[in-house]
Amino acid sequence: MEGNMNLSLKVWRQSNKDTAGGFENYNLDSVSPDMSFLEMFDVLNEKLVVEGKEPIAFDHDCREGICGSCAMYINGRPHGPLKGVTTCQLHMRSFNDGDTIVVEPWRAKAFPVLKDLVVDRDAFDRIMSSGGFISVNTGNAQDANSLPVPKEAADDAFSAAACIACGACVAACKNASAMLFVSAKISQLALLPQGQAERSIRAEKMVAQMDAEGFGACTNTGACSAECPKEISMSNIARMNREYIGAKFSSTAV
Amino acid sequence: MATSSRLDAKIPQGPLETKWSKFRSSVPLVNPANKRNLEIIVIGTGLAGASAAATLAELGYKVKAFCFQDSPRRAHSIAAQGGINAAKNYQNDGDSIHRLFYDTVKGGDYRAREANVHRLAEVSGSIIDQCVAQGVPFAREYGGLLSNRSFGGVQVQRTFYAAGQTGQQLLLGAYSGLQRQVGMGTVQMYNRHEMLDVVVIDGKCRGIIARNLITGELERHAGHAVLLCSGGYGNVFYLSTNALGSNVTAAWKAHKRGAFFGNPCFTQIHPTCIPVSGEHQSKLTLMSESLRNDGRIWVPKAKNDNRPGNEIPEEERDYYLERRYPAFGNLVPRDIASRAAKERCDAGYGVGTSKLAVYLDFAAAVQRYGRAEANKNNIHNASDVDITLWGKAVVKEKYGNLFDMYKQITGEDPYEVPMRIYPAVHYTMGGLWVDYNLMTTVPGLYSLGEANFSDHGANRLGASALMQGLADGYFVIPYTIGAYLASEIRTGKISTDHEAFVRTEKEVKDRIDRLLSIQGKTSPETFHRRLGKIMWDKCGMARNEKGLKEAIAEIRQLREEFWKDVKVMGTAGYFNPELDKANRIADFMELGELMCIDALDRNESCGGHFREEYQTEEGEALRDDENYMYVSAWENLGNNKWELHKEELVYENIKIAQRSYK
Ligand SMILES: Cc1cc2nc3c(=O)[nH]c(=O)nc-3n(C[C@H](O)[C@H](O)[C@H](O)COP(=O)(O)OP(=O)(O)OC[C@H]3O[C@@H](n4cnc5c(N)ncnc54)[C@H](O)[C@@H]3O)c2cc1C
Ligand code: FES
Repeated sequence: MEGNMNLSLKVWRQSNKDTAGGFENYNLDSVSPDMSFLEMFDVLNEKLVVEGKEPIAFDHDCREGICGSCAMYINGRPHGPLKGVTTCQLHMRSFNDGDTIVVEPWRAKAFPVLKDLVVDRDAFDRIMSSGGFISVNTGNAQDANSLPVPKEAADDAFSAAACIACGACVAACKNASAMLFVSAKISQLALLPQGQAERSIRAEKMVAQMDAEGFGACTNTGACSAECPKEISMSNIARMNREYIGAKFSSTAV
Repeated sequence: MATSSRLDAKIPQGPLETKWSKFRSSVPLVNPANKRNLEIIVIGTGLAGASAAATLAELGYKVKAFCFQDSPRRAHSIAAQGGINAAKNYQNDGDSIHRLFYDTVKGGDYRAREANVHRLAEVSGSIIDQCVAQGVPFAREYGGLLSNRSFGGVQVQRTFYAAGQTGQQLLLGAYSGLQRQVGMGTVQMYNRHEMLDVVVIDGKCRGIIARNLITGELERHAGHAVLLCSGGYGNVFYLSTNALGSNVTAAWKAHKRGAFFGNPCFTQIHPTCIPVSGEHQSKLTLMSESLRNDGRIWVPKAKNDNRPGNEIPEEERDYYLERRYPAFGNLVPRDIASRAAKERCDAGYGVGTSKLAVYLDFAAAVQRYGRAEANKNNIHNASDVDITLWGKAVVKEKYGNLFDMYKQITGEDPYEVPMRIYPAVHYTMGGLWVDYNLMTTVPGLYSLGEANFSDHGANRLGASALMQGLADGYFVIPYTIGAYLASEIRTGKISTDHEAFVRTEKEVKDRIDRLLSIQGKTSPETFHRRLGKIMWDKCGMARNEKGLKEAIAEIRQLREEFWKDVKVMGTAGYFNPELDKANRIADFMELGELMCIDALDRNESCGGHFREEYQTEEGEALRDDENYMYVSAWENLGNNKWELHKEELVYENIKIAQRSYK
């Protein structure tokens, strides 16, 4: 192998949802600083296979910071030490030779651990199903340029829509609140003219589903936004609160 | 040459321009009450699958959708960067449906079906309308209207985009439509499920066997039609720009149950990717083609010039694409740009430590944009420092996320030094053979998106895969599926107790048990890496008869070794990603052989398929239209034996020419 970093890893192992888990220690030598964090895990897993041990399960797919699959809680921080970077885009040059690295899954009541570092994030999909859309059937649309959208609104909507639903916000929050995730979608659609028709009902339904899933309350600590790999802004939460209060004021739907 | 009697492309009669509209108004319809009793299984929730599942559910069909990720929103389409084409002609620069059609057929080096491509161009505009209505935040100009940019092989601006995250925004749009249907109960979503076989009864596709990846249980699902929207197979090369989970298993199982495989050897190698840095590498990262709007590609004029890029003076640089292809310059199509990079590196002009890289340089763009900003703000004596600062800000707005990604991976800052890039496997034009209705050679089994072979010939133009995926799902299959389902209204509910379901499930189980029982010494990953190396060296950017023959022998050997020596840890009874991986690699090892066989059959160079024996004096691809103007559709005969069937390509609306971008 090509590198010269030696690491001690403390990794959470848990066989399934119903059994208790615990930390296991692994030593890994000759890690290259150019490896990504997940490539370091690949090397560790290959080593485990050769030793006849079961490899560590973790979610990942794109390895480009966009699919939102990867989710490791590294040394007490979701996605590790760098700001604006997912686990898959984190590289070993951000660590030092001789470091001990502690790796855990997301911890939240609404995200049960399925195995090792893999958690169940279906709650996010259910929140989306409750109202995270514009009701437009295929074929209903008018010509795209018949509805100008001010550049600023489009840019702000895009910034909110950049959320990858990894769940780092929930993992970072001491209350395991999902407000940043939910508010990003509500904001995106509230900022666009296309989203106006369902604006109130959307906020009401999505918030109701979020509560039903068992996510905690928001106490405005801001850890979610600080740890978000896509740097989704706290201002979305303020906007969502305005939307929600406005909706509740005028409707009795939910 | 005549088309094989086993292939009927079902292309509607009549002039090209009216084929689709006539088809739409004459295709049989299924009434709403009957739709409720017809079940459709959709494998995949990328752009093709999500758009198809949502639209079919809106129409009233009962839909089940499957993906192996933990959420449909994480399908590989999410990673598409640069943009999506549509013939809107918003820029008034001469675009039209015909021009998009023509560019696509020419870009594909005259190996795509005219009727399909024309339909794609016809529906392209509606895709943009649909996405905007869903709230997809495309880039806009100050006047509030949509912005466009250019992609390779094209002289108009028809690409719509959302920064470098177009795939993400389009998929989230399609996903929101899908989740809406899930919420209404019209789509049942099965995430973390992997389809491991299709079930065929009396010659018709009637369902699938899937593995619940969490519990490990095998499940039977019946449907009146099955849509494979399972993406491309670029990961047969091990290293590619695809997401790590992307695989061929769904398509391959269908192939083994009777679906012919079209043009398997047509692979796209993308010119601008971050070069390989070491053994540990698990994937390659694309730097979007959109960067070629502003980046200039060059190598030093002198061999083995070891100075850092930004210290090499202007007159000692060779902007080889601008030199060789003045008409299209840095925006030549991908196959041509990739080969040109390889040519320079092979000739000893490569840069970086590995010498397998060329520069993609933004310094000129920064200056140009900086000066434009100064002019816009009426500042006529701006300092160089300010101009550079403003120019960088404009570049950041256009490509910021790509520049960040580059810096994160390489540790170098592309705002200061030119990017180093090299070609990498990116997309597969080949896939399941489908007719005009997107149906495979198995009745009731369809294929959409990258998983089919249909629209891109031997080379895909940039920003056309997203267009095709959404065209197939939103606007094509909802119509064409009626042609088949109208005759299925009397079938009634299909029982999963049928002997074919039982037998197929047992075959799936036996294979899993076999994989787990070998308990050899070598990890699945190691086999995958070795397969990838064979494919890249011998069936990659350049191919020749000798290499392909060697590759076939080596793959057979490797496959044998795999089934004797692979070590798969864990059990089948629970979440086991190692097992999933081994299962996929086993299929890649069969596909790899077919790709080499196909490449060997095609004694010509076209698009991404470059046979070294067939090139012009200037090193351009040399087609042989007389003998190879066909789609190769391979029938699986079992035991890794195949028979070739040919679909002749007929061009009635386009004049065939040697493809020139000079
Ligand atoms: C990095 C990158 C950037 C790109 N940028 C662009 C671009 O700018 N413009 C453009 O036009 N194209 C681009 N492309 C190409 C384009 O993204 C893809 O061709 C396209 O998104 C494929 O969409 P799809 O719906 O066919 O398949 P995918 O998005 O790959 O989806 C496949 C789906 O099938 C599911 N699946 C697969 N097998 C199984 C199975 N056995 N069981 C259950 N589910 C299964 C997966 O879970 C997934 O949901 C890019 C590609 C890459 C790699
Ligand atoms: S693996 Fe996709 S975001 Fe990390």
